[in-house]
Amino acid sequence: MRIRKNIAVSDEGFLFNPTTGDSFSTNGTGALILHLLKQDKSVAEITETLCENFDADRILVERDLEEFTSLLKEYSLLD
Amino acid sequence: MKQKLVIAVTALNAIDSPGPGVAVIRAIRECADFEARIIGLSYEALEPGLYMHDLVDKTYQIPYPSGGTDSLMARLEYIHEEEKLDLIIPNFDAELFNFIKLRDKLSGMGIHTFLPELVQFEARDKLKLYDFGKQHGFIVPKDRILHEFRELQKIEEELEYPVVVKGKFYDAIIANSYEQVEKAFLKILAKWGLPIILQEFVKGTEINIAVLGDGKGKAISIIPMRKLYITDKGKAWAGITLDDERLITLAQKFINSTQWRGGCELEVMLTDDGKPYIMEVNPRFPAWIYLTAAAGQNQPASLVKMAMGEHLEPFTNYEVGKIFIRYAWDLITDISEFQKISGNGEL
Repeated sequence: MRIRKNIAVSDEGFLFNPTTGDSFSTNGTGALILHLLKQDKSVAEITETLCENFDADRILVERDLEEFTSLLKEYSLLD
Repeated sequence: MKQKLVIAVTALNAIDSPGPGVAVIRAIRECADFEARIIGLSYEALEPGLYMHDLVDKTYQIPYPSGGTDSLMARLEYIHEEEKLDLIIPNFDAELFNFIKLRDKLSGMGIHTFLPELVQFEARDKLKLYDFGKQHGFIVPKDRILHEFRELQKIEEELEYPVVVKGKFYDAIIANSYEQVEKAFLKILAKWGLPIILQEFVKGTEINIAVLGDGKGKAISIIPMRKLYITDKGKAWAGITLDDERLITLAQKFINSTQWRGGCELEVMLTDDGKPYIMEVNPRFPAWIYLTAAAGQNQPASLVKMAMGEHLEPFTNYEVGKIFIRYAWDLITDISEFQKISGNGEL
């Protein structure tokens, strides 16, 4: 799973799709996920990092991550 | 030393449904390669551009396009005598026919233009867009041209909704029922006359592309823009430059197949499955043309250079994500200024 090459992502989690002109903003957690996706981390690795950072239940993290990435897909932000 | 050019520009009506003139002048003024004395050509005394003295050096009223070429020519001869014009950039759809007709005469007087040929201008006309698309292999919506109200009544049963009702020059209304079509038809009829176009409604993202052709098949500049904020008149109040190779290719193909000379705007509807429908081809710069200069491809200044005989190579880069946001500003002037333009036809 990768963020499309031409999508600009700022450190604060602001996304800009230059093909459509759409822009999106996320919270800190979303920004961290985007940052990890940009580094080509796998879903398992991202889940691991989120669990470590937020002291959250793994199943809950996996579910939220899936929901977040399906949103990214819906908005054509993933390859 | 920089070349000094006297450039006449029309469409100074920077109102809520703006003409491109003020934006064209702003872009020209920004070019450091030549100096410009700008002569405004206006139709009405309250076109805001007339009173923007930092942009427009002097303004002359000209006769309405319906007055024909003779009265326009007589007025241009007088203005030329006063100003020694180097170039005229007309920016209204409705006036282009007259200026294209006068092109050779103007050239004989030493006044340059950079306009499409009459055949190019007429081929992209709204009334012929479907045939134009078929001829050149562009995707265009189906349409019907109506020359009288009775024709509309005859096709009532055949209509599929929604349908777009369009005027000959301006205006487009989406109608969802026959009653709405009738209402839209009569509204546009009262404003723009016949014929009226019924066009297939295409769902998608509305993209506009500002394009400058060199008249030899090459697109010198292409800037695609998506409207971010649309007024109730359908005009862009904010927009952003895009990076989409499909749109660039479409514009290149348009310029190549038409050999278009000058500025134009392609109105495109990009469907969800990625099909770019050409909805309209405007034969002049759009009102948001300053964005091209802001994004790194100054189309009005490039047009000036080509009109004056310079050879230009196509731009290759522009800034993606450049945004324009239009704003309203109350310009204050004095009755004496208004009196000059309305009484003497000059300001």
